[in-house]
Amino acid sequence: MTLLASPAVRMGISISIATGLYGVSFGALSVTSGLNFWQTMALSLLLFSGGSQFAFIGVVAGGGSGIAAMSAATLLGMRNGIYGMQLNALLRPTGWRKYAAAQVTIDESTATSTGQTDPAEQRRGFWAAGIGIYVLWNLFTAVGALAGSALGDPKQWGLDGAAVAAFLGLLWPRLKGREPVAIAVVCALATVVAVPVVPAGVPILVAAVVAAVIGWFSHGRSDEGLEPDVDPYRERHRHGGHHRGSGGQHSGHAGHPSGHGAHPSGSGQGGADPANGTGTGAAE
Amino acid sequence: MNLWFWLLLACATAYAWKLVGYLVPARLMENPRMSRVAGTMTIGLLASLTIVNTLANGQVLAADARLGALAAAAIALALRAPFLVVVLAGAVTAALLRILGWN
Repeated sequence: MTLLASPAVRMGISISIATGLYGVSFGALSVTSGLNFWQTMALSLLLFSGGSQFAFIGVVAGGGSGIAAMSAATLLGMRNGIYGMQLNALLRPTGWRKYAAAQVTIDESTATSTGQTDPAEQRRGFWAAGIGIYVLWNLFTAVGALAGSALGDPKQWGLDGAAVAAFLGLLWPRLKGREPVAIAVVCALATVVAVPVVPAGVPILVAAVVAAVIGWFSHGRSDEGLEPDVDPYRERHRHGGHHRGSGGQHSGHAGHPSGHGAHPSGSGQGGADPANGTGTGAAE
Repeated sequence: MNLWFWLLLACATAYAWKLVGYLVPARLMENPRMSRVAGTMTIGLLASLTIVNTLANGQVLAADARLGALAAAAIALALRAPFLVVVLAGAVTAALLRILGWN
């Protein structure tokens, strides 16, 4: 009962339910992309990172090769390495906990943890969201996979349209401000140009290279694009993040992946960083 | 079996990324360019996946019911609908457009 009194744990549970539920759409889309039930479950149990899992089945559904699917999923997983670094500094797990923490290091568990100020709460939030999402995501993946294989012709049910919507839904929370929108448009155009000339699956990797070059040479927010698919603190952020309490901005080793509090100024409103000329304040 | 191989390799590389953050000394990973590239690549890949799933049929570009699904999803997202509702909006729109004869 004491655990349930913790705000971080309650946040972790609610984010687990919200995220876990969309495991249904992953499971259904995965089996209609041509993966079987156990391949679908292997992705949720072992890979366990929504964006990468959708990328893998998205490439396979489009007729891409296994290596292209693997490459797209791997490139999308890079941001989890950044989260791991932040969480390692924040939670300092030791021994086997380090290896367990790594597996549940995803957008949402990172966001739940870094949104808290008290170290004990940061730890509770991470594990509550991480374990909760892992359990529910896998449960609902199985439900979706079983339902998906019972559906018959996926096109008749608009499941290809569901995949389109899922990818836009994953992209949407990351389009905060003009610059990420510009990156998205440039990569979309690169994809359209590449589709007729290279094998299926490869246009996605072309877009990844374009995006990486933009990231390497431009000077936007260093955490741009590192927003969770489902932001546990979405509503509160709009009002300046009052959940942090009085002056309790954590400004040191870990930034909230959605950019709020990641800046040394701690205001999360952008514009305080002189090197940042791209106007992240427009995102608010 | 071939797909299993790439699938399990994808699982291994995904875990490797996650673990690297915990094992590599923080100062080696603190390069802001690293997190910036990770972020822009996430945006670029998701934008590309959206477009491929909307317009591509193998190597051919096509305008079909999936365009309607994209529009419906954008409207749902603009109205701040939850993820699952967005996905359902895409599916229902594509299915309805096909019933109406637009492939």
